[in-house]
Formats: sequence, C-alpha cells, structure tokens
Amino acid sequence: MSAMSYQGKKNIPRITSDRLLIKGGRIVNDDQSFYADIYIEDGLIKQLGDNLIVPGGVKTIEANGKMVIPGGIDIHTHLQMPYRGTTTVDDFFQGSKAALAGGTTMIVDHVIPEPGASLTEAFERWREWADEKTCCDYSLHVDITHWSDSTKQEVETLIKEKGVNSFLVYMAYKDLYQMTNSELYEIFTFLGELGAVVQVHAENGEIIAQEQVRMLEMGITGPEGHVLSRPEELEAEAVFRAITIASQTNCPLYVSKVMSKSAADIISQARKKGNVVFGEPITASLGTDGTHYWSKNWAKAAAFVTSPPLSPDPTTPDYLNSLLASGDLNVSGSAHCTFSTAQKAIGKDDFTQIPEGVNGVEERMAVIWDKAVVTGKMDENMFVAVTSTNAAKILNLYPRKGKIAVGSDSDLVIWDSDAVRTVSAKTHHSATEYNVFEGMELRGAPLVVICQGKIVLEDGTLHATQGSGRFIACTPFPDYAYKRIKARKQMAVLRAVPRGMYDGPVSEFTPMSRGGTPAASARTSPTKQAPPIRNLHHSGFSLAGNPAHRGVPSEETPIRPAGRRIVIPPGGRSNITSLS
Amino acid sequence: MSVSGYQGKKSIPHITSDRLLIKGGRIINDDRSFYADIYLEDGLIKQIGENLIVPGGVKTIDANGRMVLPGGIDVNTYLQKPYHGTTTVDDFYQGTMAALAGGTTMIIDHVVPEPGGSLLAAFEKWHEAADKKSCCDYSLHVDITQWHEGVKEELEILVQDKGIISFQVYMAYKDGFQMTDSQLYEAFTFLKGLGAVVQVHAENGDLIAQEQNKILGMGITGPEGHALSRPEELESEAVFRAIMIGNRINCPVYITKVMSKSAADTIAQARKKGAVAFGEPLTASLGTDGTHYWSKNWSKAAAFVTSPPLSPDPTTPDHLNTLLACGDLQVTGSAHCAYSTAQKAIGKDNFTLIPEGTNGIEERMSIVWDKAVAVGKMDENQFVAVTSTNAAKIFNLYPRKGRIAVGSDADIVIWNPDKIKTISAKMQNSALEYNIFEGMECRGAPLVVVSQGKIVFEDGKLHVLQGMGRFIPRKPFPEYVYQRIKTRNKRLEMLGVSRGMYDGPVYDVPATPKYITPSPSAKSSPAKNQPPPIRNLHQSNFSLSGETPSSAIHWAASRQLEGCNNTSKHYKHMTIIGTQVDDNIPRRSGHRIVNPPGGRSNITSLG
Repeated sequence: MSAMSYQGKKNIPRITSDRLLIKGGRIVNDDQSFYADIYIEDGLIKQLGDNLIVPGGVKTIEANGKMVIPGGIDIHTHLQMPYRGTTTVDDFFQGSKAALAGGTTMIVDHVIPEPGASLTEAFERWREWADEKTCCDYSLHVDITHWSDSTKQEVETLIKEKGVNSFLVYMAYKDLYQMTNSELYEIFTFLGELGAVVQVHAENGEIIAQEQVRMLEMGITGPEGHVLSRPEELEAEAVFRAITIASQTNCPLYVSKVMSKSAADIISQARKKGNVVFGEPITASLGTDGTHYWSKNWAKAAAFVTSPPLSPDPTTPDYLNSLLASGDLNVSGSAHCTFSTAQKAIGKDDFTQIPEGVNGVEERMAVIWDKAVVTGKMDENMFVAVTSTNAAKILNLYPRKGKIAVGSDSDLVIWDSDAVRTVSAKTHHSATEYNVFEGMELRGAPLVVICQGKIVLEDGTLHATQGSGRFIACTPFPDYAYKRIKARKQMAVLRAVPRGMYDGPVSEFTPMSRGGTPAASARTSPTKQAPPIRNLHHSGFSLAGNPAHRGVPSEETPIRPAGRRIVIPPGGRSNITSLS
Repeated sequence: MSVSGYQGKKSIPHITSDRLLIKGGRIINDDRSFYADIYLEDGLIKQIGENLIVPGGVKTIDANGRMVLPGGIDVNTYLQKPYHGTTTVDDFYQGTMAALAGGTTMIIDHVVPEPGGSLLAAFEKWHEAADKKSCCDYSLHVDITQWHEGVKEELEILVQDKGIISFQVYMAYKDGFQMTDSQLYEAFTFLKGLGAVVQVHAENGDLIAQEQNKILGMGITGPEGHALSRPEELESEAVFRAIMIGNRINCPVYITKVMSKSAADTIAQARKKGAVAFGEPLTASLGTDGTHYWSKNWSKAAAFVTSPPLSPDPTTPDHLNTLLACGDLQVTGSAHCAYSTAQKAIGKDNFTLIPEGTNGIEERMSIVWDKAVAVGKMDENQFVAVTSTNAAKIFNLYPRKGRIAVGSDADIVIWNPDKIKTISAKMQNSALEYNIFEGMECRGAPLVVVSQGKIVFEDGKLHVLQGMGRFIPRKPFPEYVYQRIKTRNKRLEMLGVSRGMYDGPVYDVPATPKYITPSPSAKSSPAKNQPPPIRNLHQSNFSLSGETPSSAIHWAASRQLEGCNNTSKHYKHMTIIGTQVDDNIPRRSGHRIVNPPGGRSNITSLG
C-alpha cells in the first residue's frame, strides 16, 4: 500500500536537510506508545529504535521525552472555495499554513462542481489550485452535486484514474445540491460497487426550506434564524435516513459534519446495530456551540453560521468529545471554510443568504486535546486515532499516513501537552478577521512539525514553502470500510421460494400498477421459474398448522433476505425454507 | 363532549327490549375495576350501582361476577374497500358482524378517495355504504391521497361540518398516494390548525420502489418479495421522519399500523423525548409474524401480504405487546382488509400486485388478551385502555365511548377470560376463506355483547340487523391529543434578536441566489420589522473576546417590538402556516431549542 508512486512534482528548494534524527521522544501511535528514536530520510521514516546507526552530521532534534505523534489529517476543508463570484479568504497556501501551525500535515479538501458541470473538470481545477499553493500533502473529496449517467462515468474515472475514493452527496440545499431518496439509493449502490466511501451532508432540505420561509415570515432575518430554521432534529432525521439507505444498498456511509447530540446518537445506535457508518464531528462542534447565534453583534453571530448549524445546546461539545473518545464517532475534520465579515454580510438582511462556514483547521488538534485528553475522556492513543489514523484508514492511505512506522511518510508532530495558548484572530494563521474560538484557552500545542521530512514549524515559526504539498492519490475499497461490506455481499444473496405456480381462480381487475411499480416488473415476471409441479394450493386452503410439514426445511434452496436482521427467516416455522 | 348529536337515523325494529339490567358484574374501566349493576335504557347507561331501582319486567343478565368491559373500538378497518374494480369480501355488514362477534362495538373505517378525487364525495360514498350496512356504531377517517390546494377547503368542511377529525397521509406508494416531505409539512401544518389527528402510513416509498425493482430483477416474484422489498428499516425511517416533521410544527402524529420492533422503538423513544406521538399496532402484528411469507404455499404466503409487512422476526409480537402494556403504544386496530385468495392472485406473478390486507377485526380483543393479559404483561384495566378507552380519547369520543359510566353509550361486553377458542376460517364471521391466525388457541372471548343497549351476541350467536349502526360524528381538538400542543403553542414564542443593523462593508454579489429560497422571503424580508439602526455596534474587524455589555435592554426591546406592531403580521403568518384557530400567539414549533440555552448574556430570553 505504501508503494504508491508520488505524483510528478517540481523541485522545491530544501528548507532543511533531507535527513533528520528525532532523539528521545515517546512515540504515540493509535495502538501503543513507546520510547524510540526516529531516523528520517527522503521524506520517509527509515529507522525506528534505540541506538540507530545514522550518517554523520545529521540534524538532530532532541525531543526530551515529549510525545511524537503522526501528523494530523484534517479530513474536511474548503480552502479557496469559489462562492458567488468570490472565494473564501483562506486559499490553499494560507489554509495549509494554518493547518501546519496546528499540527496537521495533511488536508483533504472538497471539490464542489457547479450542479450540471463536469466533475472531472472541477477536480482538475482544484488540483491546479492546490498544487500551486498547498504547503502540506493533500487529497480531494469530490462532491456529487447532480446525478446523471454522465456523472456515473466521471465518478468511475475519478476513482479508477484520478485517485479519488470519497464522494459527498447532499440531503439539503433544496433545488440546488439536494438529492432525492431515489437518487441517493442509486448513488449509494453505484459507489458501493466501485468501492468508494459515500459521504453525506445530512439535513432534511425540504423541511429547511419550509422553516426558512416561516422564519422570514415571522420577521426573523438575523443569524438566529439560521439555527431556528435548521433545528438539530432535521440533522438527526437525515442521518437516520442516510443510514437506512446505506444499509439497504450495503454501502459504507460517512456522515460529514456531525453537529448535534441527536445526530451523533443516531450514528452510535446504528453502529451498535452493525451498520458500517462513520461520523465526523468538526472543530467547531467539538469546541463551541450555537448560543452565539443570538449574539447582539451581527458580525459575531454571522461568523458562526455553518450547516448543519452549531447546536444551541451548550452541552453538545462535551457530548461529542465523549463519543469521539468512545469510538462511536471516528474522525475529526474542521470544515474550515472562511468568509470575511464583508462576505458574510451578503446576508445581513436575510439569514438564508449568509455564506456558510467557520474556521477550525488550525485549532482542531488543540481543541480535541483540551476538551478530551486533558479532561481524561480520551487517552493519547485515541487522540492519534481520531486526529490522524482513522482518517488515513478511511482514505486507504494507512499506514503510509497516520502511523509512525518504518516506511511511513515522515509527517510527524512533537506535541507539547502542557503548552497553553489563547486562541485569537490576532495571532491565528487564517486570513479571517474573526475566530469562532476567540479567547478560548487551549492546553496542548505542537512544538515541532515535520512534514515530508522537513521541519516546517519550530520555535513558533513556520517555514512553509508554497506549492511544496503533494497530491496523494487514494485507492478504492479501503479495508477499514469495506472488509465487512464485502463479507456481507457474499452473504446477502436473495433467492426466491420455489413453489408450484398458483393456478386457482384469479379475480378480474382493472389493471393499473399499484405502487407505480416500474416497467421492470413485466420483464422479469417469471415464466422461467420451475414449471408447476402440482397444484399445492387451490383456494380454500387451511392454514391450520400441519404437523406433517414440521421440521422439513428444504436444504437445497437457501434464501437470504437483504438486511442482516432478517437473514434467517426465523422461528423455525414448518414451511419456511431453511438457510442451510 | 358527549353532546354531539346523533345523525338523523331511521327507525330500526328492536331486536331486544330497550331496557336491560346487567347484574353482578365486575366493571372494568381503564382506571379501576369495581362490582356494580348496570341499568341500560335508550341505548345509554342510566344507572350504575347496587340495588338499583329499575322498572319492572326489565330483561336481566346475570353476569355472575364476570368482567364487564366497555365495548372495543377498532380504530382501523377497511370494509367494503374498492380495489381495481373489485371490493374486499367483507362489506360493512359482514365486517361489523365479525367485529361484534369479537367484542368490538365500534369501528373507525378508512375512506380512501382516488388520488385527485374529491374527499367529500368519497366521504359521502362511504357514509352511505356504511349507513346502509353497518351493524355497529362507526366513524370514519379520511385518507388524503393527494395534497393540493383544493384539498384544504374540503378538509375544513369535513372537520367543521361532517364530524371527521382524523386524516391519514401516506409516505409510501410512490407515484400514487405518497407525499413529499414538503407536502407532509404543509399537510401537518394545515391539519393541526384544524385540530385534526394526523395519521401516517409510515414507510419510505422511494426506497420501496427501488427495492421492488431490485427484487423483481433478481427473479423473486412471490410474496417473500413483498417482505424483502419492505424491510422494517424503511418503516422505522419513515416513523422517525414523520415524528420529526410533527415536532417541527408542534403537531401530534399518529402512526397507523406499527408492524415492527424498530418502528415501535422509534415511537417509544420519541415519546420519551416529549413528542406527542401515538402508535397503533394491529391484530396481525400483535398476533403473528412475517415468517409465513416464505411459505411454500403461495396462497398462504399471499394471505399475509399487508403494508408495512409483518416482520419476519418472530419475537415481534411479544415486543409489541410489551410496549402496548407499558403505554409506549396506545391503541390497537385490525386494519381488517379482506381479499379473497382469487383477489390476492391478481399478483400471482408479481408480488407488487398482490392486494394488501389481512383479517383481524374479530380476533383483535382475544389476541391482545391472550398475548398480553393472560401472560401477565398487562392488567385488565390497561386492556380496556388499549382496546377501547385510548381510541375514544384520541378520536374525541370519550367518555361517550370507551367507558362504563352513567350517560355513556350502552356498548358493553361481558368478557370471559377463561374461554379458549381455536381460531379457524371455518368458524369465523368474515367472508374470507382463510384466516391468518388459523389454528391459534386464544384465551379470552366475549360472552355477551351489548351494542346500543341491545344484546347482539349471546351464547355464541349474533342477533344483528343490517344498517343498525350509527355514524358517530366527532369534534376537533381532542383534549387527549391537543392539550399539550396548545400549551406548547402558547409557550413557544420565537423572537428574533433585535440588533443594530450591520453597516460594515458588504461584498457585492452577482445576482444568483445561493439556493432558491421560496419567493415569500422577498416579500417578508423585513426592513420594516426591524428597529431603525441605533448605532453601529460592530464595524468589521471586531473582536469576539469579551462579552457584549448591552444585553439587558434587548429583551424588553424585542418584546415591545413584538407587541406593538405585529398583530396583523401574526395573523397573516397564521393563515399561511395554518396555526390553530383558537390560538393567535406566534410560536416556536419544536421545544428542544426553545430557550436559547446556556444563559449567555446576549441571548434573547424567551421568558
């Protein structure tokens, strides 16, 4: 898996030497922590252990027993995102610098094609922007903003040739991005076949549209209208529905932006029932809440506008951190999408027009450390899992990313668990003039960040080179998501019950397909079934239990209903076909 | 509540005397049991107590200490239902006879108009058919099979003039009855305004259509395809969505036909979170399961086809009975919809064409007794609640129906808890040639059934007259359903934050809206509703650190603002989103985020 070739890349002036030795650190992976030295060369981890034999004159960093963790992976960003003729204020350079400053050495950005436009072209455009500017490694998700046969082909190309293995679909944004249930079903089925990870933006767009009208009619036009028209129940409902569809289509599901307790609960309940579903809370939902929508300061309130909205329930961050610690939620992103106050002010008279997005790419690791690890909810290994390893597994980049091991990329962070910083727009690396975590004191910060084997952050100073980041291609069928799916596919073969054909009387009726059953029914109506053996059941039959049939399951005709739950027609009734 | 006048009714020759004394029975209501005699006259309960003074020569039934219950109410039937040019085999006569034989003295039947057809016309048709044939009291639900503007007027007439207060909407039957989420939102809003009970057929029709295609594509055409294409997850998903929409609007939601554990659990959870939601399991889901869809006998398998389907999980009936016993589910219906095997055979080559419906009108009370009371899950009072009283409360018939009390209708059952009966198509009163409970031994059966003060069932024999049943009109805003809704309406005002207007720099947008907010937004986008800019509190490059000090004034200010110039606005808003006629206060629909929580300084308090 780590044999993946690097995409052809320009020559970049070396910031530091190519060789590096980290001495005396405590290596923290998602599975264990141990003391060892790390020797890095050519952007890879070459040796791990004590008393390493390394070339002379190698630059050495003394870790002094501090934690050395795999660089963070921010699985959800929107850098340089075009929006109504403008772009977000953090481009790929600015945004990835902020990422590095926070200990994140890889980002996964969302490509958002205009509805109807080519996915591949949009993808190429994003590639170009990112290649030119990013200063850490990156991958791309592609958002499916419309669904047609040509989209299918493009999706296939993206998966097979372009290194994309995850796609986001929208259940909200009515009349724009929103997919119907039928489309979702088709997309899930299609992506499930190709081994991609389906991400959903889960909110019920139909009801949002209704609620927005209602709020505006009541004269509520400020940012509080945003959260009032998108209550968390709408998020939970959509999550529930998405999980149902994924389970019907046997496709792994990834819920992006888990913002509320009830949405998180639905995910953890589904996981307990065996659904293959992953949840991604974001920096904002882990670190702050939606009470700010009621701020008297319009610009402050508007700064928090994102969808799904932050929950006005102030116990939400704690709750989400707990679920992240327990493994019910799996990865963390930032959904970093920064608009200036002037851009937000597009919606100053109508909350539905406020551009959506919050910052968080820089604060992500520290927020989780502060809220979860410092408080004793989460251990350091789980911290690595939710900030880096699990994301690498879902993206099928593990163990190249997300682990400190020989052969892995040398993206490392020396983490100072005692550092205390106060978040402020004055000191952050984003170009926005606000920060939704303003004034928050966070324990935990990166001391040294190494990206591609080079020191990019040291002594609080960034040494990032624009365009030094590489595109990392992802491959389909990540084991972490698909192992179970594959096994279930083999199980889930449905067979018909072999019966003699019914040849009793049939009522006359006015033909009209009842449920609007599509034409397929006619074609597949089954004269090819076994010929009628004998008439087992003229009308007037009796259902009275016939003991003669009891316990005579016909072994040769296994039947497997779709869901696991009803795999075995249960109860051992006499005339049920046994499943072998 | 008991004053609703009886619809003008023909004179019916009396089968038995009009006066009746039931002596020595133990009266079971939903709240308590006690020994007393009951004196009936003119179809009403006139006296309850001991040593009653009654006219001489009154016919007397000696109950000998047996239980005397309010007659059962079956809240969900489809008698004489037209289907593709044919009708179900149990018409209102046959069906109500079966009901009475099982201890049910009132049914509520579903009117199913053709999509696009007039609800009123359909209602009149059903009304006429039932008047002619029904031999027990009845009422009607009207199903809204298509949502459009014209429906609203008809609904108003039905509620206000016709005594119909319950309406079913469908989340399944794509391209047929199915409504979109937006339509459901509008329908709920409108019906809530009328004080009606919204009933939901909860299944995800989009996914069913996809699954049907898939299953047929695999060559599965038999009845097992019905269950395979409608897994219970699709039911619970729709239940979850329906309740969510109900919560948005602060509208009660009644889920008809709860068939699976997960759907029932979803209702139970929502109730624990405060949702006003009700669940109705059926005789079939309480008494049997969906393993039969795999029967080698096509006709047997097809007999079980109903939607949502019976769950193939054989632990389902037990689970549903438990939830019924603990109050998480409230009422029981039968969804009795009887198609002969020949009618079922319309779908012999394609399960999607099999007419849907099972029997259960006659077996309902016995099955609940056997599965819940006889095994100790449920006591006799709760039995009365789930078979009769709760239904009367939800559909605003209480205490005229659903209770043994002075002034209530004389619909009474003397119940024999020890009687063991084996269910069989040969013995049943339905016209069907099969019975999905065939061979089941049930403890508990009616001994005597009194309907409208007359003995209609005694010694195993029915004494009924076709057409003796009356239509019972109902009034909107049943207390049991709407009391909490009304209180919440009053509490849940939603206020905007009154702020100084933002007057910092604004990015200039080319004119394409971000997403299509429906047109009303333009009209109501409200420079006029906002206070004039007081001062510029926040030019750009503000800092979010430190709290704003000006929080004290906002509450009063916004209150004043709401109070003085908004009455007319609220009215407009009311008619548009259909708030209640008896309540002219603007409100928040859900309750979870009513109070912007956390006590931050600059949050508008909702008092």
